[in-house]
Amino acid sequence: MNTTAIFINIFAFGCLILALIKDKTKTKQALSVALKSFFHILPTVLSVIIFIALLLGFVPQTQISKVVGEQAGFGGVFIVALLGSFLHIPSLISFPLAASLLKGGASVTSVAVFITTLTMIGVVTLPLEIKELGKKMALLRNGISFVIAITIGIIMGMIL
Amino acid sequence: MKDYVKEKEAQRKSMKQDAIILGATLIITIILVSIYPGKRGAVITTSWNFFVEMIMILPAVMVLMGLFSVFVPKEMVVKYLGKAAGIKAVFLGILMGSLPTGPLYVAFPIASALLKKGAKISCIIAFLSAWACIKIPQEMVELQFLGPKFMAARLILTIIFVVIMGISIERLIEWSDKKQTNHRR
Repeated sequence: MNTTAIFINIFAFGCLILALIKDKTKTKQALSVALKSFFHILPTVLSVIIFIALLLGFVPQTQISKVVGEQAGFGGVFIVALLGSFLHIPSLISFPLAASLLKGGASVTSVAVFITTLTMIGVVTLPLEIKELGKKMALLRNGISFVIAITIGIIMGMIL
Repeated sequence: MKDYVKEKEAQRKSMKQDAIILGATLIITIILVSIYPGKRGAVITTSWNFFVEMIMILPAVMVLMGLFSVFVPKEMVVKYLGKAAGIKAVFLGILMGSLPTGPLYVAFPIASALLKKGAKISCIIAFLSAWACIKIPQEMVELQFLGPKFMAARLILTIIFVVIMGISIERLIEWSDKKQTNHRR
């Protein structure tokens, strides 16, 4: 087990103990929610892990880095941003996927842009957002988030 | 009660879908690996490594999500954010958005309730953005897979830009609302 995983488990365990001290019945309820969501997300996690293995196993690194790597330039970043905006996958799973792209030769910028657009922008859920919040706010939020995501990615590419 | 039944049905449907996707991925993998037997070792090792990395933290992440979902109910979020004002509202929005769990579309009805309650637009935008990409259990997974440097840099940059975005969208909407009422006069 690496230090990060140990830290995460200790953090969760600490929160669990705090919760137990505060309210036993609520904590029990929380654990049952946790158990259910664990089994709920497991098939998707497994699918993505296998997809990652196929991606890294069959697509050559030079190909990945040509599309989303350093030499892809702004066009590559833009494609990644569009992809992240349209794809509708749970954000928890975007991180192993992003890590595998990074390993496979993608640039820090594309990976940061991918995660940020994937989580912040939802083209699929846009109609729902418009219905709940109005056209003006929904479109402004998604549009500005797109620009911000690319900006964050570019800055991250410069500092990391 | 009816909503509960509906939700259960939707959940069952999505689980079925997830199982079908997993099955299809497995079948494609088996076909590809039997065509290219040389790749078998690499595919199995990579899957196993990612699986181990994920399974070490997934239960902890789920426990965190479960705890937040029970201890930070939606009503509490609406109560706190409905009356917050000024730049404090933006940061409170980020904090409140980073605690609950669920996909972004779960947050839209909450945001809509906030809007009706008269919460600041900057606060609602901050809340939605934080819900989308700076959730605490989510950050744990980012920490595990992309490392502390990547996670911290993205977290800090996101908070900075979300604050700027919240304030600018609020200004833009106020400005365009004002223009509209002027036109009507």
